[in-house]
Amino acid sequence: MLKILKYSFFDMMRSRWIYLYFGFFFAFTLSLFLISTDLSKVVVSLMNVILILCPLIATVFGVMYYYNSREFTELLLAQPIARRVIFLGQYIGLALSLSLSLLAGVGIPFVIYGIFQSADIWNFFSLLLNGVFLSFIFSGISFWIALKNDQQKIRGFGLALAVWLFFAVIYDGIFLLLLLSFSDYPLERFALGASMFNPIDLSRITVLLQLDISALMGYTGAVFQQFLGNGTGMLFAFGVLTLWLLLPLWRIGRIAGVKDF
Amino acid sequence: MISVTHLSKSFSRLEVLKDISVDFTRPGITAVLGPNGSGKTTLIKCLLGMVIPDQGDIQAFGQPVKGQWTYRSQIGYLPQIARFPDNLRVKELIAMIKDIRGTAADEAPLIEAFGLETYLDKKLGHLSGGTKQKVNLLLALLYDTPVIIMDEPTAGLDPIALIRLKDIIQREKKRGKVILITTHIISLVEEIADEVVFLLEGRIHFRGTPEQLRMQYAGANLEEAIANLLLNENQATAVHPKLTQNHNGIALHKNLKPC
Repeated sequence: MLKILKYSFFDMMRSRWIYLYFGFFFAFTLSLFLISTDLSKVVVSLMNVILILCPLIATVFGVMYYYNSREFTELLLAQPIARRVIFLGQYIGLALSLSLSLLAGVGIPFVIYGIFQSADIWNFFSLLLNGVFLSFIFSGISFWIALKNDQQKIRGFGLALAVWLFFAVIYDGIFLLLLLSFSDYPLERFALGASMFNPIDLSRITVLLQLDISALMGYTGAVFQQFLGNGTGMLFAFGVLTLWLLLPLWRIGRIAGVKDF
Repeated sequence: MISVTHLSKSFSRLEVLKDISVDFTRPGITAVLGPNGSGKTTLIKCLLGMVIPDQGDIQAFGQPVKGQWTYRSQIGYLPQIARFPDNLRVKELIAMIKDIRGTAADEAPLIEAFGLETYLDKKLGHLSGGTKQKVNLLLALLYDTPVIIMDEPTAGLDPIALIRLKDIIQREKKRGKVILITTHIISLVEEIADEVVFLLEGRIHFRGTPEQLRMQYAGANLEEAIANLLLNENQATAVHPKLTQNHNGIALHKNLKPC
């Protein structure tokens, strides 16, 4: 497993796209610091970018990497290696390199501007942790979709992007619509439950709670604060995120075991 | 060393292999023949666990292969199409395979045999089809395995490489290995095969020596015998649209008799 992981990791590190990804975060974070040196403001500004962009880039990289490394996969399939190991190794190598680009791109400017001396350090860590979770989850989902649509690139690409669009945009739209049309009823519990089914929402809520600006979310925010604001709530949220992470892992392992190549 | 019992495989509605039972245990060279789409590659991929059979059982070295992978270290496999990561150099590819398998191997004699010295630093994406096939052969023969399976080993090879390949195959045969080859080049079969397995529409149609095949289908040579076999088979099973000539030229009549 480690060897496959190593090769796909270095393969990713050879690609210029991963440096572009790093460069974007680096430049973006630096420019935010040029506008304001208030660390917590920068964290909030970064939040929205990370919550939308990390899943998108991870989705695109996931499908692209799968289809581009098809030859490598074919070569490995004839070797004495378990199939599960081949695909999980490739996926983890991919997700690790994505996470590393994010961590370095966002982390370096923060270190330069003195995050370690700041009180915002936990907000910063929570943001990065959520970014890493989202990178893993969405590259996993798109890798899973690509594996499932092994021979149909266009279909795989389209489906993966549709999944991202659903979680990043459509889900919230439906969610808001429901909240509006049933606003006469107490919906706090429903809102809490519904946000568990969208990793992007879940990440957003944990970061907002961590930043202690849940007042922005109004009455519902209070319910979230009550439930997620304390230690156990936070643990629960990350537990659900971990479930989201395990879902593609489990599917990839399963499909790898029964697929014909 | 490898035995297959009642193997069936279909891809969606297309039945590729239909209840195949065969074993490859005797040392020597077995040629798996058959027209395009007869299931040769699927059979081989089943042996290697790349295609999962719908039904039936495959045993390699006395163990069922389902869900197993370690047995693959005992099989040298040459895939039909040489596909490699394009941005890797030949040298790096060889090193990578050795690293992943974790056992030492000596590639030098094979590099020399196929004249690959000058290509070691070239990227695989820049190689010609024939040179890629040589790299493919190198990887298949890199390890000293008791079983060698080659899917169309001669594709794209120049005459010199072909002679070298035949030498290597003969040498490995003398060392008591089980060698499986699929090919469409009948002269190669006549030259090296000890046994022929003829696949037709997913079934084993014939198994025996090349000489037996020639006798059974009354051909002056193996090529003719195989042509006869295929023609017989077509007449016996297929309902062909009948070509007839009328005033307007050629018209196509379907046989509309109720069956």
